[in-house]
Amino acid sequence: MDDLIIGGEKFSSRLIMGTGGAPSLEVLDAALTASGTELTTVAMRRLDPSAPGSVLDVLRARGIKVLPNTAGCFTAGEAVLTARLAREALETDWVKLEVISDERTLLPDPIETFDAAERLVADGFTVLPYIGDDPALARRLEQAGCAAVMPLGAPIGSGLGIRNPHNIELIVEAAGVPVILDAGIGTASDAALAMELGCDAVLLATAVTRAQRPELMAEAMRSAVRAGRAARLAGRIPRRRYAEASSPMNP
Amino acid sequence: MPHTAVPASARSSSPGPRTAYDLLLIGGGLIGLSTAWRAARRGLRVAVVDPAPASAAAASHAAAGMLAPVSEVTYTEEPLLRLGLASLARWPAFAAELAADSGRDLGDLDYRADGMLEVAFGSDDLAALDELAAFMGKLDLPVERLTGRECRRLEPMLAPAVRGGLLARGDAWVDPRRVTRALLAALERRGVDMVPARVAGLERSGEAVVGVRLAPGAGTSTGPSGEVVRAERVVLAAGAWSGAMEGLPPEVLPPVRPVKGQIMRLRSPEPILRRCVRGVVHGSYVYLVPRGDGELVLGATQEELGFDTRVTAGGLWELLRDARELVPGVTELEVADVVAGLRPGTPDNLPLIGPTALPGLWLATGHHRGGVLLAPLTADLLLEEAGDQQGLAGLCSPLRFQENP
Repeated sequence: MDDLIIGGEKFSSRLIMGTGGAPSLEVLDAALTASGTELTTVAMRRLDPSAPGSVLDVLRARGIKVLPNTAGCFTAGEAVLTARLAREALETDWVKLEVISDERTLLPDPIETFDAAERLVADGFTVLPYIGDDPALARRLEQAGCAAVMPLGAPIGSGLGIRNPHNIELIVEAAGVPVILDAGIGTASDAALAMELGCDAVLLATAVTRAQRPELMAEAMRSAVRAGRAARLAGRIPRRRYAEASSPMNP
Repeated sequence: MPHTAVPASARSSSPGPRTAYDLLLIGGGLIGLSTAWRAARRGLRVAVVDPAPASAAAASHAAAGMLAPVSEVTYTEEPLLRLGLASLARWPAFAAELAADSGRDLGDLDYRADGMLEVAFGSDDLAALDELAAFMGKLDLPVERLTGRECRRLEPMLAPAVRGGLLARGDAWVDPRRVTRALLAALERRGVDMVPARVAGLERSGEAVVGVRLAPGAGTSTGPSGEVVRAERVVLAAGAWSGAMEGLPPEVLPPVRPVKGQIMRLRSPEPILRRCVRGVVHGSYVYLVPRGDGELVLGATQEELGFDTRVTAGGLWELLRDARELVPGVTELEVADVVAGLRPGTPDNLPLIGPTALPGLWLATGHHRGGVLLAPLTADLLLEEAGDQQGLAGLCSPLRFQENP
């Protein structure tokens, strides 16, 4: 089996979903089911985990592991606090670390992120940091004990795809922990490309939740991640400038 | 208003065959009160049980009162659009009859059908607006695409950077607090009994629900306590609390959860907007609803925090930040009020209106963001014997969440 292993835990799906942006819980439920995901992020800052009928109930009912995130935090201090509250409320020491630098771009703040990652790792968390497509930072976070690194393809919610495939390849090449392409996915080919570049998984939310037909897009993403992974394992042919006949031209 | 005592015929300490009321509503929020009023107009004997009817805890207290099914349409929510359009068409008569029944001028309700203007600023938001316009076009909705300057001719206080807009001329709005006050007056005139008590449980006769048991004491020194109020039909209209009602068998407990919303009410000497304005600012929605008296409502956050109703700095800041991008002048206004309310959310965002699996027990809840808009339709769906019009009752049926329908 070609399992994804993060922090010692196995997942057979390589598609990680987010929950933001869904018009209703029912639409979200259908999309999550269609995506086949086994791991889904939930923003903790506007959610009471003990309140019944929330998105957490949907995840529990489907047996999907909850990955709390620190979305909306601007400082390491806030992120660490949010992660601790999430650990207490959800009884998980996993956290997707997300520290934003500004509201216009929502780009991750590398310095605050590293600071928070160090503190959370020391506190026993399984940390999955959201970062820019920076190979050096990815390397440093791995050395600091993060369980995975999550470089962006493009800014959150932009749907611009993977703007710098070369950097993603550099991150993959050097990484000893799973690389999860996070943010920027707009459509299925973006997800397939991430996997072809060698990412271990893809995280996406609005590409599905804000699609005209979320359930159908979730299905498309599921297939795309599988196809991209299979293509990566199969090994693509080298690019050539000119044609090469696939069958002999002269019998 | 003074609470009418429960008539002797409705009181009984032991179950008996006698039925006192035709209709009993658990919950005195906007949905409960408006349904009670419509029922009383049809000549039914009606009671509303609520320890504090029309209180500040009701979702309508924190509602802007937008009647805007066209502007608010989103992907996957065409069924909600159908309900909204059907109810919007009922609003003019509903408002006129309410004004007459409560002895007010129609103007007292601040019901206005001047349309909703949706605006976009950045090119990303403009592209989203175009996509929305295309979706609305596919649904044959009557909207007009406006340029930035056309938007500002309609609403001069809009920020100069506005790039374009969509005008839904048919959308309307109303002041929910004025509607609630008018409903209380109309109920009194129509002789509806207000029972100031908490419901402790349902009174059953075999399978059927035949009334409610009131909580003893219930914190009301003047109210009845520990007794049974009988009714032919009991309607649970307890808003966000409907899913947590005590004494309800689990199989009929509706899947309703509280969805917190914070709003701000600002005040200016005279209105700075002529119609409702709504816009996406960096991907999140904010709306501004002007009242005739110069009040301006900014809303609203959507938070999944259980029964938490704290007003937070972050919630208010987001409202102000986004509203200021649309209408820079808002920061000059006086803050009149900040409120957090709880909307009754359902898994599919559609309301729960109609009979449950338990004979005698009906629901009128789960209206989420659309309680004010959907109030006239809700009463009609509950009270009309004429069968299902256009399949709307089916969309709202509580039985859709039953495990084995």
